[in-house]
Amino acid sequence: MTTLAATAAEQEVSGRRPSRPARRRRWTRFVLPGYSWLVIAYLVFPIAVMIAYSFNKVTTGLPQVSFGWNGATLQWYRQWNGVPQLTTAFWLSVRLAVATTLLATVLGTLLALALVRYRPPRFRGRAAIEQVLFLNIAAPEIVLGVSLLGLFIVFNVARGFLTLLLAHVAFSIAYVTITVRARMSGFDRSLEEAAHDLYANGWATFRKITLPLIMPGILAGALMAFAISIDDFVTSNFVSGASIPFPVYVYNATRIGIPPQVFVFGTAIFSVGILCALASIVVSRRRV
Amino acid sequence: MEQPVRADHTGRVGSRRPRARLGKVLAPYLLSLPAGLWLVALFLIPLVIMLSLSLHTCNFGTGACVMTWHWAEFGQQLSLYHGPFLNSIYYAGAAALIDLVISYPIAYWIAFYGGSKKNFFLLMLLVPFFVSFVIRTVVWNFILSDNGVILGSLKHAHLLPQGFRVLSTGYAVVAGLAYNYLPFTALPLYVAIERIDKTVLDAAYDLYATRREAFTRVILPLTVPGLFAAFLLTFIPALGDYVNQQVLGGTSNTMIGSVIQTAFANLDYAGGSALSAMLLAIALIGIFAYARVLGSRTIEEYL
Repeated sequence: MTTLAATAAEQEVSGRRPSRPARRRRWTRFVLPGYSWLVIAYLVFPIAVMIAYSFNKVTTGLPQVSFGWNGATLQWYRQWNGVPQLTTAFWLSVRLAVATTLLATVLGTLLALALVRYRPPRFRGRAAIEQVLFLNIAAPEIVLGVSLLGLFIVFNVARGFLTLLLAHVAFSIAYVTITVRARMSGFDRSLEEAAHDLYANGWATFRKITLPLIMPGILAGALMAFAISIDDFVTSNFVSGASIPFPVYVYNATRIGIPPQVFVFGTAIFSVGILCALASIVVSRRRV
Repeated sequence: MEQPVRADHTGRVGSRRPRARLGKVLAPYLLSLPAGLWLVALFLIPLVIMLSLSLHTCNFGTGACVMTWHWAEFGQQLSLYHGPFLNSIYYAGAAALIDLVISYPIAYWIAFYGGSKKNFFLLMLLVPFFVSFVIRTVVWNFILSDNGVILGSLKHAHLLPQGFRVLSTGYAVVAGLAYNYLPFTALPLYVAIERIDKTVLDAAYDLYATRREAFTRVILPLTVPGLFAAFLLTFIPALGDYVNQQVLGGTSNTMIGSVIQTAFANLDYAGGSALSAMLLAIALIGIFAYARVLGSRTIEEYL
């Protein structure tokens, strides 16, 4: 169907401008797609390198990744939990990301509902909230990290899982809100009015009508929060203290040598993430 | 795309009990209260504390700080670290410009010719985000290393002198930043180009524009706000980055993020806070300049 439409569009264009030399257009037509695929290859290349090196043999005594290729092995997949600190860091990151996702999704969705439905006469301070959200996203992340560390120092809060969670929710809310709000812009409120007319009370309307309709947006926001949280390094590095999340562990390991299992975990996170994303694309396409 | 938000039905509420009406009046505030409190307590108040900490004087041994209204901190930090500041601006600017050049054509292609595969191609643009940021940077360290995949083979083929190196130069830092922040440029650009009404192109062709003219005189001017938004949304996060510099750069090209990180590691809270405040100021100046020149608040539309 796409090709049909494309051909039709092409005929239309060439019909309009018959003077255009057909031969020249034939090869220039491939420039843009060719270039785009090159860019995609550039984006994928380091990931391919990471996956390849997760299979790299280590010849020296220390189990550290090196850039020389020593042949393939499944050793690091078999010994995936061979570095206790790394495994601890990974599960800490997972727990942190799950908790962040739950909190940030609830808070962010409620805020998005308020922003989509209510305008200034009924909702004073809406513009201020939007400015804060924007500032939260636009500010360099190191500023967030520094300011949160300052807060924890001033109030003498011990750094650990709790401070990590507080910080991660603080920078995830804005992303969730913006994602949910964007998906809600096409929301048809007459459906809610219909439910209301059929004597559904406010809560029933929300649970039976509103929530299912905005669910894709909420899921997208939740995925966003999870992805940001599990990958966060800068803020985490400032507020982590003794409980070290995965990215901070990897960063610290760059100084002393990276165990190959890091790439195994990297490959696992990548595979799960990309499968979820592809699945969501397939599902959304089937639904349309 | 955007649908106007309709006013609430007030007529129906008339028959309801006063308590329900109060709930309706409070609804927007109740909905935004939890997130609002969180953001005030863990975003706005910390920013104020950061500003105030930069006016404190801190004991580097114990980390204890006393408020001394030491305004000179900013000047002192700036005179000490204007080099890293300039490095940051220079590298982040270069990376953002490179990203604009790299991603404009692909954003254009996806917006105009993506067809039903648009979502797939957008996912491909986002693909780096599925690998941890630090790991991506470490992998670039591998790729660019002196005898790695690229330089090693080029040297082997005698296309490069043996002493040639990229790692621990500014070029490596810019390369890392450009790779890591490319999606920050490509997606706003895509939004900007996608938003163009495709019939304006037909109109241009009807008026005998060549393909080049249609691009330079119709498409490009329409995407100028998007170009600047994409630049800022890449430049600002790259400005505070220190992972790329630490993993790919050397000692001669320190960026301000590293300096701030080191300041906090050395318990110099005042100095680190002052530097962060100045970094935030640079970001805000960029955003306000954008709002001034291209109409306020439009940058939010590209998020």
